[in-house]
Amino acid sequence: MNLTKEQQAILDGEKGEVLAKVMQTLVRYGELFGATEMVPVTSKHNHLVTSFGLKALGPVYSLMDQLIETGAVSKQTFSVDPRPLDKNVPSNFLLDFIFNNFMYSKQDFYEGQLDKLGLMDKDAFTCTCYMDQVGNKPQKGEVLSWAESSAVVYANSVLGARCNRNSGIIDLMGSVVGFVPKFGLLTDEGRRATWIIDIQTTKKPEAQLLGSAIGMRVMEEVPFIRGLDKWIGTELTDAACTYLKDMGAATASNGAVGLYHVENLTPEAVEQGASLIAEGAQTYVIDDAELQRVYDSYPVMWKNKDATPKLCFMGCPHMSLQQLCDWTDKVERSLKESGNKKVCVPTVFTASPAVLKEFEKTPYADRLKATGVITSYICPLMYMNNPLAGKMPVITSSNKLRTYTTARYYTDDEILAEITKGGK
Amino acid sequence: MKFQGRIVSPGTITAEALVSHGGLNTLASFQKALQFGDKKATCGDQNNPDLYGKQMAGKALCLPQTIGSTTGGLVLYCACSMGRQPACMLFSQPIDSLAAAGAVLADVWLDNVKMPVIDSLGDEFLSYVKDGMKITVNSDGSVDVE
Repeated sequence: MNLTKEQQAILDGEKGEVLAKVMQTLVRYGELFGATEMVPVTSKHNHLVTSFGLKALGPVYSLMDQLIETGAVSKQTFSVDPRPLDKNVPSNFLLDFIFNNFMYSKQDFYEGQLDKLGLMDKDAFTCTCYMDQVGNKPQKGEVLSWAESSAVVYANSVLGARCNRNSGIIDLMGSVVGFVPKFGLLTDEGRRATWIIDIQTTKKPEAQLLGSAIGMRVMEEVPFIRGLDKWIGTELTDAACTYLKDMGAATASNGAVGLYHVENLTPEAVEQGASLIAEGAQTYVIDDAELQRVYDSYPVMWKNKDATPKLCFMGCPHMSLQQLCDWTDKVERSLKESGNKKVCVPTVFTASPAVLKEFEKTPYADRLKATGVITSYICPLMYMNNPLAGKMPVITSSNKLRTYTTARYYTDDEILAEITKGGK
Repeated sequence: MKFQGRIVSPGTITAEALVSHGGLNTLASFQKALQFGDKKATCGDQNNPDLYGKQMAGKALCLPQTIGSTTGGLVLYCACSMGRQPACMLFSQPIDSLAAAGAVLADVWLDNVKMPVIDSLGDEFLSYVKDGMKITVNSDGSVDVE
C-alpha cells in the first residue's frame, strides 16, 4: 500500500497507538482486496450499521470505549441504523422481558457511546438515511465509509456515490481516520457490469421479487439491468427511487450486490450506457415464469405452515413518505371493498423518525391510524431476531426480512389482501 | 493432501474439520451462542444444514465465503474476543469483505487470541475435506488434510 506522509505518520503511531491500530486495520483490510492507496472520505456525513445495544456485542463496546477515551472519534457526524425497540410495536410480557434483560440491555449505554462518537442527532436512526427528510444524502462521486447493505447499494446505484460493502466497525474506522482503502466499488473498473439482466416480464415486476432474483443469481457482481425503464420510467422520481430502494435491498440481502445499473435511469448508466458492461458479461433473462420460480423457491419457516398471521411488517428498508401515503390509500380502499373497518392482522409500517414526523403533518396520518395500522421507527429485523419472535407467524413484503428471519414473504397485493381481507 | 492458500491472519494450528458447503451466515450462526453464553458456539443458522446444531468453537471451519448481514465482521470479532471462535477459518474462495474485516479486527485488536485464516484454497479443497478430518495449518499458508 502506498501511503501519503500523513497516513504513514498515523500508521507509525505519531497520533497515538489507538489511531495507529485503526489505520493498520484499514490498511490490512484493503490490502486483502488489492488496494494500493487510501483515499479521503468525502461525504458530509457517515452512516453506521450497528444501532443496537445487543448484550452479546460487549467486545465492540469495549473497542468503542478505547476510541472515545483517546479522542479517536468520527471526523463526520453520522446517522445509524434503526433502533431495535419501540413500545408502539405489539409484543408481550415475555418478549419485553427478553428484549430488555437479555438482548438489548445495553441499548441506552450504546446510544451514549454513539453520541460521543458523533451521532447527527437523537433521531438519526434509520436504514434509509438518504431520504430528503433525514438529511444524509451523499452526492454523486463522493467517497463513503458505510456498511448498511441496503444503504450502500442505494448510494452507489441511485446516487452515484462510491462505497464498498464494508462490515460494521470498519464503517466507523474509515470515518475516524478520514480515509478508506481504494478497491472494488471505489474504482471505475470495479463499477463495470459483469452481468446483463434482461427484463422480459409482461407486467411491472414486483421490486422485492426482482431484486431477490437478481441477487441470488449474480451474488456480489455488478448487474446492468435492461428493460426496467419500460416499467418505472427514465426519471428518478419519488416512485422510481422507492422502487429502486426496495429492489436494491433485496439484491443486497438475497445476494451481496453493492451496485447495479439500470439502463436509461441510474446516473452512471445514463452517462456511460452500454460501455459500462464488461467484456464477457453473462446474461440473465427474467420473465414472468422466472419470477414465479423464484417466489416458489422460498422456504416457509413457520412451524405450522397454515398458521394465521399474528403480525405484519412493512418497511424493511424503511418506507418513504410517498410510500406511506400510497399505502394509506391502498389499505383504506381495500378495507372498504371488504366491508372491514380495521386491518385484521396487527400491522406495523416502519419509517425513519424524520419521515414519520413529516407524515404526521399530513392528513394521511389520521387516516392510516383509523385503519388500525401502527407506524414505528423500529428495525423489524432486530425485533424478529430472537427465539420467541422467531416462532411467531409474521408476514412481510420485505425480501430482506424474509432472508434473515422466519417472516413469510408475500407480494404487495397479497399483503394487502392478508391485512385487509384475511387473505381472501 | 496438501492445499496452498493465501495467509489472511498468520498462525499454525491442528484441529478437526467442520465443513460448510454453502456460505456461512455469521450473524445467524453465532448470535445465539454469543447471546446465551454457549462456549461451544453451537451454530444457530437453521438455513445451513451442514452446520446447524454443530459446535463451531475450536474447529477448523472450512467454507467458501461468509454471507448475510454486514454486521458479520463485528460478530466474528466478538466471537474471538469471547473465546468462542473456530480454531481457524479456511476459505476455498478469496475472502469476502465481511469475514476479512472480522479476521483483521481480531488480529489487530485482540492480544491473546490467534485464529489463523487462510483463503483461496480452491474448490477442490472444499470438495475433498469432510467433517472430522484432521487439519493442519502451516506457517506458509498451506493446509494439510488427513
